[in-house]
Amino acid sequence: MISTQLFYGGGGILLLLLGLWSFLVHAPLLRKLIALNVMGAGVFHILVATAYRGLDTPPDPVPHALVLTGIVVAVSATALALAFGQRLDRDDDR
Amino acid sequence: MTRFVSLVLLPLGLAAIGVVLIWTFYLAATGEAGARLADLALARVPETGVSNPVTSVLLNYRAYDTLLELAVLLAALLGIWSLGPAAPGFQRGGEILQGMVDWFVPLLILAAGYMLWVGAYAPGGAFQAGALLGSAGVMLALAGYPSAGLPSERLLRLLSILGILAFCLVGLVLMVLGLGFLTYPPELAKWLILLIETGATLAIGVTLAAAYLGGRPDHTSEVDAP
Amino acid sequence: MIDSLALAIVAPLLGAVVVTLFPRHAQRLGVAAAVVSAAAALAITAVVWTDGVLRSELGGWGVPLAITLQADGLSAALLGMASLVALSVSVYAGGYFSSPQDGERLADDSRSRHFWPLWLLLWSALNGLFLAGDLFNLYVTLELLGLSAAALGALTGSREAVEANLRYLLVGLLGSLFYLLGVALIYTAYGVLDIGLLAEVIAPGPVAATAMALMFGGLLLKAALFPMHFWLPPAHANAPAPVSAVLSALVVKAAFYLVLRLWLDLYGPITPLGAANLLGLLGAAAVLWGSWRALRAERLKLLAAYSTVAQMGYLFIGFPLIAATAAGPARDNLIAAIVLLALTHGFAKAGFFLAAGMVQKTAGHDRIDNLGGAAQGLPAAAFTIGLAGVALIGLPPSGTFIAKWILLEQSLILGLWWWVLVMMIGTLLAVGYVFRVLSRAFNREPTPYRFVNDARAEIPALLLGALSALVLGLAAQPLWTLLGQGVIG
Repeated sequence: MISTQLFYGGGGILLLLLGLWSFLVHAPLLRKLIALNVMGAGVFHILVATAYRGLDTPPDPVPHALVLTGIVVAVSATALALAFGQRLDRDDDR
Repeated sequence: MTRFVSLVLLPLGLAAIGVVLIWTFYLAATGEAGARLADLALARVPETGVSNPVTSVLLNYRAYDTLLELAVLLAALLGIWSLGPAAPGFQRGGEILQGMVDWFVPLLILAAGYMLWVGAYAPGGAFQAGALLGSAGVMLALAGYPSAGLPSERLLRLLSILGILAFCLVGLVLMVLGLGFLTYPPELAKWLILLIETGATLAIGVTLAAAYLGGRPDHTSEVDAP
Repeated sequence: MIDSLALAIVAPLLGAVVVTLFPRHAQRLGVAAAVVSAAAALAITAVVWTDGVLRSELGGWGVPLAITLQADGLSAALLGMASLVALSVSVYAGGYFSSPQDGERLADDSRSRHFWPLWLLLWSALNGLFLAGDLFNLYVTLELLGLSAAALGALTGSREAVEANLRYLLVGLLGSLFYLLGVALIYTAYGVLDIGLLAEVIAPGPVAATAMALMFGGLLLKAALFPMHFWLPPAHANAPAPVSAVLSALVVKAAFYLVLRLWLDLYGPITPLGAANLLGLLGAAAVLWGSWRALRAERLKLLAAYSTVAQMGYLFIGFPLIAATAAGPARDNLIAAIVLLALTHGFAKAGFFLAAGMVQKTAGHDRIDNLGGAAQGLPAAAFTIGLAGVALIGLPPSGTFIAKWILLEQSLILGLWWWVLVMMIGTLLAVGYVFRVLSRAFNREPTPYRFVNDARAEIPALLLGALSALVLGLAAQPLWTLLGQGVIG
C-alpha cells in the first residue's frame, strides 16, 4: 500500500516541481498559467495519494472533497488571470 | 548566465527540494500519529442524507467550504466582467457542426441533470453537473452563438448567485430555527442538499460559460439563444 | 440560537449577492450591507471582550469532521480593526466612485457597479479568514481574498494597474499553492485539519518543519515580506484609493495574522530559534529597504506602498523577540505590542491612502514635488496625512509609540541590540518620508475658508487618522484585556 501511495505522491511532487520550474523560468502569461495548473495538479495528486488506503479499504473521502474544491478554485483563478491577459492584449492592439 | 541559472542551478535547487518533499511525504504517510478522519467520516455517512461519501463531505460535513468556493467562482466572474466587454464571438459554424451542436447541447443538459441526481449515491454532484452545463455553453460559443446560450444579463446575474443564495438562505433559516448554521435536520438533509446542489449546478454552469466568453455581457446581442 | 460568527461572514456575502443582483442600486445597497457587516463583526469583538472565546462547529458534526469558526482575542482585535477600516472605506467609496474622475463621467458608474460586489466578497473573505479554525478552510478564504483583491486593484483600468494586479494575482496563486501543499502534508501525517486538534498532536520533526516552511513561505509571499515584496508597491500604488487602503491596511495584514496565528497556536513551541531569527532578519531588511524606497518615492501613493513594506517588517521583527522570551508577562507584552502595531498601521495606512486619493482627485496627480498648497486646498486631507504620519513614525501618543517602546525595551533586556538599531534607523527614515510630504503640502497659500469640504470623503479619513494617532495609543489597555481572551495572560 505504501509503495502505491509513494508512487502517486512522488508523481505529484514531480509535477509540482516541473510546474514550479516552468513558472519561474518562463515569462509569457499563458505558460505561467499552465505551469500553475500543473503545480495544482501535483498538489491534488498528493492529496489523492493520501486518500488511498489500500484496495480493500474504501478511500478517505475528505481529501477527495478537498481536491474537488481545489479544482473549482483553480479554474476560477485561471479564468480571471486569462481575462487579465485578454485585457492587456486588447490594450496592446489599440 | 541566466541560461545557466534556469537550466542548471534552478533544477538542482528544485531537485533538492523534491528530495526533501518525497522524504517527508514518506515519513508522513508511514507515521501513525493521531486518529485519521477517514473512518469517522465514512462511519457517519448514513446520517448525512446522501450515501456518496464525497458528497457527504462537500455538502454536509464541510458545506461551508463549498459555500466559500462558490463565492470564489462569483469573484472570478465579477472580476472578469470588470475587466471589459467580451471579445467578439466566433464565426457561425457550418451545417455539420451546427447539427452536431444541436444534438449535443440537449444531451449535455440531460447528462448534467443525471449527474446532479446521481451525486447523492455515486460519483457525481453539483460540480460535475455544473461543468457539463458549462461545457454546453462553451460548445455553443464555439459554434458561433455570441452569448453562448446564456440568458439576458438580469437573469444571468440571478443564476450566477443562485448557489450562494441557496446556501445562505438554508443556513440562516436553520440557524433561526435553532439548529445552527448549515446544520441540516437528518430527515430533511437529502432534500436540502438537493436544493443547494441544484442552485450550485446552475450557478457553476452559467459562471463557467460566462467566464469562457471572457467579458461582461454585451447589451447589443441578446436574442440568439438556441 | 444566533451564530454570530457565521453571521459576520454571511452578512457581507449576502450583501455581495444583493449588489450583484441589483447593479443599478449598487451604491446604496452596498453602503447598507457595509453597515450591517460592520455591526455583525463589531458585535463579535464586543462579546469576546466581555464573555471570552467564541466557538462554533458548523454543521453540528463536532470537531474532527466539522469546520470550526473561532474568535479569540487575536481574531476579535483584527476583526474589530478591519470592520472600522472597512466601514470607513465603504462610506468614502460611496463618494469616490460617484463623482467624476479625470473627465470620464461614464466610466465611473460602471466602476461603482464593479466595486461593490467584489469589495463585499473581499470583506467576507477577510472575516472568514480571521474567524477560521480549519487549515483547509483558510486556503479557500485566502483564494477568495486574493482573487477579489486583484480584481479590485485593477479597477482603475490603467495598463500599469492591470499589469501590476495580474502579477499580484499570480504571486498570490503561487503562495496559495505552497500553503495548500503544506496543508496536504499535515493531513497526510496527522489526519486532521482543525488547528486546535492539530496543536495537540503536532510533534517536532521533519514533517512538521517542512509543512511549516511551505505554509509560511506561501503566506510570507502574500504578506510581502522582503524580498518577496516586489509585487506590492505597483499593485497598491495603482489601485483606486479606497482599494489601496484596503489592500495595504487589511489584505497584507490578513496574511500576517495567519502567520502569527499558526506561530502562536502550532509552531511556536516546536520551532528552533533560527526560524524566528530568519523572520526577524527579513523583517529588518524590509524595514530598511522599504523606508529607504519610501523616502525616494516620487508619488504619494507609491510612498505609502513602500511604507507598507517597511511597516510589515516591524511586525516580523517581533518573532525573534517572542521566541527568545520565556512565557510570562514580558512575552505577553510583546505579543500585544505587535498586534497593537498591526492595528495602528491598519488605521494609519487606510487613512493615509484615503487622503492621498483626495489629493490625487483634486490635483489630478500625486507627484510629491508638485503638491504645493495642497494643505490649503484640502486641509482635512493634509491633516489626515499628518495624523497618519504620527502613527507611521511612532510619535507619542500613537499606538506605534507604545508598541515600539515595548519592542525596544525587550530587545535591550535580551541584549539583542541589533534589532534596536534597525528600529531606530527605520523610525528616522519614516520621519524623513512623512515630513517630505508635509513640507511640500504646506506653503504660503491663503488660509482656507473651510476645513471640511467633502464630508463623505474627509470624515472617514480623519477618523481613521485620529484612531491611529490618538485613540489606540491613549487607550491601549483594552487591547490587553481583549487579547487576554485566549491569547495571552
